[in-house]
Amino acid sequence: MTTQQHGTSAAWHGFQGDRWREAVDVRDFIQHNYTPYEGDGTFLAGPTGRTLAVWKQITDRFPEERAKGVYDVAHDVPAGITAHAPGYIDRERELIVGLQTDAPLKRAIMPYGGWRMVVGALKTYGYPVSPELEKVFTEYRKTHNDGVFDAYTPEILAARKAGVITGLPDAYGRGRIIGDYRRVPLYGVDRLIEVKRAEKAELDHLPHDPARLEETIREREELAEQIKALGELKQMAARYGHDVSGPAATAREAVQWLYFAYLAAVKEQNGAAMSLGRTSTFLDVYLQRDLEAGRLTEEQAQELIDDFVIKLRIVRFLRTPEYDELFSGDPTWVTESIGGIGEDGRPLVTRTSFRYLQTLYNLGPAPEPNLTVFWSPKLPAGFKEFCARVSIDTSSIQYESDELMRPRFGDDTAIACCVSAMPVGKQMQFFGARVNLAKTLLYAINGGRDEISGAQVGPATGALSGDVLDYEEVLAKLDQQLDWLAATYVHALDVIHYMHDKYAYERLEMALHDRDIRRTLACGIAGLAVAADSLSAIKHTTVHPVRDDTGLAVDYLVGGEYPAYGNNDDRADAIAVRLVEEFMEKVRKHPTYRGAEHTQSVLTITSNVVYGRMTGATPDGRRAGEPFSPGANPMNGRDRHGYVTAALSVAKLPYDQAEDGISLTNTVTPDALGRTADERIANLVGVLDGYTTCRGFHMNVNVLNRDTLLDAMEHPEKYPQLTIRVSGYAVNFVRLTRKQQLDVIGRTFHSAL
Amino acid sequence: MTETTVAASAGEAAPPSCPVTGMLHSWDLSTGVDGPGTRFVAFLAGCPLRCLYCHNPDTWHLRDGRRATADDIVQEAAKYTAFIRASGGGATISGGEPLLQPNLTGELLHRFKHELGLHTALDTSGFLGSRATDALLADTDLVLLDIKSWDRALYRHLTGQRLAPTLDFARRLAGLGTEVWVRFVLVPGLTDLPENIEGVAAFAASLGNVARVDVLPFHRLGTAKWRALGLEFTLADTPTPTRDQEAAARAVFAAHGLHAV
Repeated sequence: MTTQQHGTSAAWHGFQGDRWREAVDVRDFIQHNYTPYEGDGTFLAGPTGRTLAVWKQITDRFPEERAKGVYDVAHDVPAGITAHAPGYIDRERELIVGLQTDAPLKRAIMPYGGWRMVVGALKTYGYPVSPELEKVFTEYRKTHNDGVFDAYTPEILAARKAGVITGLPDAYGRGRIIGDYRRVPLYGVDRLIEVKRAEKAELDHLPHDPARLEETIREREELAEQIKALGELKQMAARYGHDVSGPAATAREAVQWLYFAYLAAVKEQNGAAMSLGRTSTFLDVYLQRDLEAGRLTEEQAQELIDDFVIKLRIVRFLRTPEYDELFSGDPTWVTESIGGIGEDGRPLVTRTSFRYLQTLYNLGPAPEPNLTVFWSPKLPAGFKEFCARVSIDTSSIQYESDELMRPRFGDDTAIACCVSAMPVGKQMQFFGARVNLAKTLLYAINGGRDEISGAQVGPATGALSGDVLDYEEVLAKLDQQLDWLAATYVHALDVIHYMHDKYAYERLEMALHDRDIRRTLACGIAGLAVAADSLSAIKHTTVHPVRDDTGLAVDYLVGGEYPAYGNNDDRADAIAVRLVEEFMEKVRKHPTYRGAEHTQSVLTITSNVVYGRMTGATPDGRRAGEPFSPGANPMNGRDRHGYVTAALSVAKLPYDQAEDGISLTNTVTPDALGRTADERIANLVGVLDGYTTCRGFHMNVNVLNRDTLLDAMEHPEKYPQLTIRVSGYAVNFVRLTRKQQLDVIGRTFHSAL
Repeated sequence: MTETTVAASAGEAAPPSCPVTGMLHSWDLSTGVDGPGTRFVAFLAGCPLRCLYCHNPDTWHLRDGRRATADDIVQEAAKYTAFIRASGGGATISGGEPLLQPNLTGELLHRFKHELGLHTALDTSGFLGSRATDALLADTDLVLLDIKSWDRALYRHLTGQRLAPTLDFARRLAGLGTEVWVRFVLVPGLTDLPENIEGVAAFAASLGNVARVDVLPFHRLGTAKWRALGLEFTLADTPTPTRDQEAAARAVFAAHGLHAV
């Protein structure tokens, strides 16, 4: 027996199952070793003095960070897994160590995505731009951003400028890739390198098939990069005094190894979303083993999770004000997926699922990590009630339907970003932001001319000339505009992801995937409610366009009432469903980079405000510049029969035609859930069971008083941790722009009267 | 409005073979407000009372609604049965005063219960309780009974009507063993006198079928509706009760062994 094998058998002492020992298979390990927990939250421990002391050192820095926009920037070193010296919050007290740079809240520069974004951010926050780096990244080393703009077509550029295609990851990291960070504690890095070497060796033949030629060379290069990144991960951990070459032997090591793996990813990539995966039940196996052996108390187990979560809460990226305007509140989407039911019917809920949620009490509410509960009516009652209680107290949880995901993706699935499901380590997505459907509808009316600039952006399909908009005529023109939009959009994404693979490849994240993975091309739509209501208005009442002297329709007079999306009324909802189906169908017609499968989401995050600003008046009566509703939400105030009715309109959108997720945000006052605390918990559980049963996919739950938000706008210092859920993620309310704060407050507050 | 005009205004002369119709103000899905769980709530138009603190003065007249058939309403509710079965909840007929239109109310309760299989609730002041047939009550799983005051003079001042019919109705429900949740709106300076609360509490406790008492704090959120109707909201300067006042009121009910929330 070699030393390494000996070490492995000690680390794996007491674990059951075989398949996961032979091949990398974390799911198999979990299934053989986890202990489902069907009880309630009474076993949980509060924060220790140590935890609070460490956390205080961070929260003490938040006011300065909020005031300046960033706390500090490591402005002269390009980020990388080993680029920065080890950093600590409080070296004596920390249980789990590791920071992105050499100090907490100090942001790194990540120039491979795009040098321009780095320069823009440094200038914004008053940091010098290193002349050497400037030379390197403009003369010697091309970035993703440069590559994309070399290959964009004039049509893509025009669509992008007009805001009909927006938020594209063409200047920064694409994100939305989840490394299977659990592989590092389970197997140790050496074993993972060994597996990657073997995968690469399988490609060492000369490819005879010309179609496979480029692919084979690329895969070999990528595997070589992955192996290098794994080596750097070992070095980085070694600097913190840990040897991660073998598997973790204790719970504390398991948490630490897993965090190191994740940390290496966020040291290397400024991805739009850097999600964590589904780690709580995996870690529970280790915590449970140590608890049973008497090596750990519940308080110590919670401390490890609390300390880990402190680290996840302070992941930071350096971004520009333009980015912040789209995705406000400094989100990082450290999404962690919790709960769900296994394929064998056992709940995947463990005590550590509770411990993760408990951090919202021990450390106070927070937007990150983005705690995402996989909901099923079959979840144990104790867990459901605990989730509902945490939601009501903190507004920090989002829910996604385990019943929709499990049959499609299996039970080892996690959410990337907000609503994108993917089996961990087996699937990745090419993130594609979204197109503006409301604006596209205006292009249909104006023959492809932009309603704000007057420029010809879409195809010249001829402006509609009548005094009243005709439904069939508008639909026919919309069909043509959507054909163009889908083609232009998919090609833009092809270009982006080709260049991202080439210039800013996610070496470490992909090292923690299988070699052969499913790729999706994640398209998206914004402005669904505006487009659906506009079409409903055109169909069910009279809409008169108001034209300027160049013939451009710039405003609309709506002749009467029309059925609006959000009232569970098929006259309007069927239009929304049709838009989703039709756009998906059009997207599917176009070839994708690396053969990715087309998907789409109905999600805006906070960008509904910016998209609205970039879109003229619409036939639903919405004025020019007014925000859209977020995600798949009905338009503000048009849903007249309560939030359940609105939710059931959203639940009609077919998940199979929007497999990248459909986002619904609900904001209710406590009274709208019931009169007593227990009643509210039971009723929220009921609402989630009902929505899941009716095939709803995602629900953000905010339980807030309007007065609290108004007060927080005026006195942000009183609410440093006030968290609200906004279309797929959570933010610190006080870190939103004033415009976004007003949008949140103006949005339908569902309250009981 | 006098009682005679009330009796004359129901306008439900439809022969039994015709579809049952009535005046519907609106419908809603609500949670934790109009009975247990998430419920489909049909608000029928028209009410014989003119409560000073009414927060829905836009439902006072039959003409405030639109004509709807029971079929229409049942069809709308049917869209929610899957949700309601999963969430727990049911259907509630509210208003206005639903017993102003007893035919429609009875038909809806019957079909909600037997056709849709939902738990049913009737939200009423009880003033027109005599119009509720035994068949209607047999289809009612829960009555949300608003007893606005114990003091008869105060009741008339608050509502413009007599208290006695409500108490008669409450006793009838007790006799039938129908579950009742008593609702009591706590209005500082009006309904909050200890002897007034005590009276309601003692009466409710004597019935034996009161599962819970909702002490509802007065609020002014309906002010805009009064103004929009050109009516004066005389309680515009009345304060909402403090938490202590609410707790004190609940304590009075609790002292009688009632579950007050």
